[in-house]
Amino acid sequence: MPGRVVVITSGKGGVGKTTTTANLGAGLALEGYRVCLIDADIGLRNLDVVMGLENRIVYDLVDVVEGRARLRQALIHDKRVENLYLLPAAQTREKDALNPEQMKELTAALAEEFDFVLVDSPAGIEHGFRNAVAGADEALVVTTPEVAAVRDADRIIGMLEARDLRNPRLIINRIRTDMVRRGDMMDIDDIIEILAIELLGVIPDDEAVIVATNRGEPVVLQSRGRCAEAYRNLVDRFLGKDVPIVALDGHSKLLERLRSWMALGRRPVSG
Amino acid sequence: MFDLRRWGARTGGSKDAAKDRLRLVLMYDRKALSPELLNRIKDEMVGVISKYMEIDEEGVQVDLDQNQDQAMLVANVPVRQVRRGAGGVSR
Repeated sequence: MPGRVVVITSGKGGVGKTTTTANLGAGLALEGYRVCLIDADIGLRNLDVVMGLENRIVYDLVDVVEGRARLRQALIHDKRVENLYLLPAAQTREKDALNPEQMKELTAALAEEFDFVLVDSPAGIEHGFRNAVAGADEALVVTTPEVAAVRDADRIIGMLEARDLRNPRLIINRIRTDMVRRGDMMDIDDIIEILAIELLGVIPDDEAVIVATNRGEPVVLQSRGRCAEAYRNLVDRFLGKDVPIVALDGHSKLLERLRSWMALGRRPVSG
Repeated sequence: MFDLRRWGARTGGSKDAAKDRLRLVLMYDRKALSPELLNRIKDEMVGVISKYMEIDEEGVQVDLDQNQDQAMLVANVPVRQVRRGAGGVSR
């Protein structure tokens, strides 16, 4: 049976598509699945640096499509996790170096070898987006709790459904429980009510993600930390396990309360 | 990150503004109330109202507006004069 091709998309840039792709992929590989990540952002590749694999690129996606390299030659093995591979985007080419038909063939070929093929979509709704969704069986939409990001997510959901990618699932990234509590950030329920789609996971806003990205290590590979935990929960839910969303929220609330008691009178600990 | 509480300032409740603005903008985005649809509503309203009163068709405005926590369809219809017999049942 061929693997599942999943596109990770958002509409708006900078909400964490690439980080989500890296962590979901690494998390699935940790669970023992064979995973291939595709960076579909031709000309603006990022997934390689987020994964820390930028120094190992020889061939890229466009080389494969144009026949200069075989698929196997272009795949970069992530040595930290067994069965995790990256197909990097071309950096010196334009977005029109690829078309949806080629992308369909490519993802179909990879789905023969891998359990999961995750496609990191570029921002926007144009050529790059159409390529990224071309071969996908299902879609995940990433948003942050901001008006512009949720608006773009809504638009993307409409476009996915128009392309027969029914029932996309939502990942809310960079939520800040302290701001939610004082009513200065839309909470999970607000966003779900507005977008009316299924929620797959919630990732807290945490410095650990920036630190991990600086080092080129997906945060999910860390044994501890609330972000690593949130990503592992996301992976479990993606695999169909019944992991309650509130567990993370309640846990972090308790932690924050403890922190604020201890930091009484001092500068509040953020995030 | 800049933390307002550090300076003793409290905002609070701005998420409601975010939600309300989102709801309204999505109503337009989702094409449920595109400008074309608003124009169609306007034309049909002009047709109905013109049966009873003489109106300034150029001056008619139909817009989706936001009133506190609710979207409102607001129509401004300048009336020149009410037609004779408009109040009667039979013509």
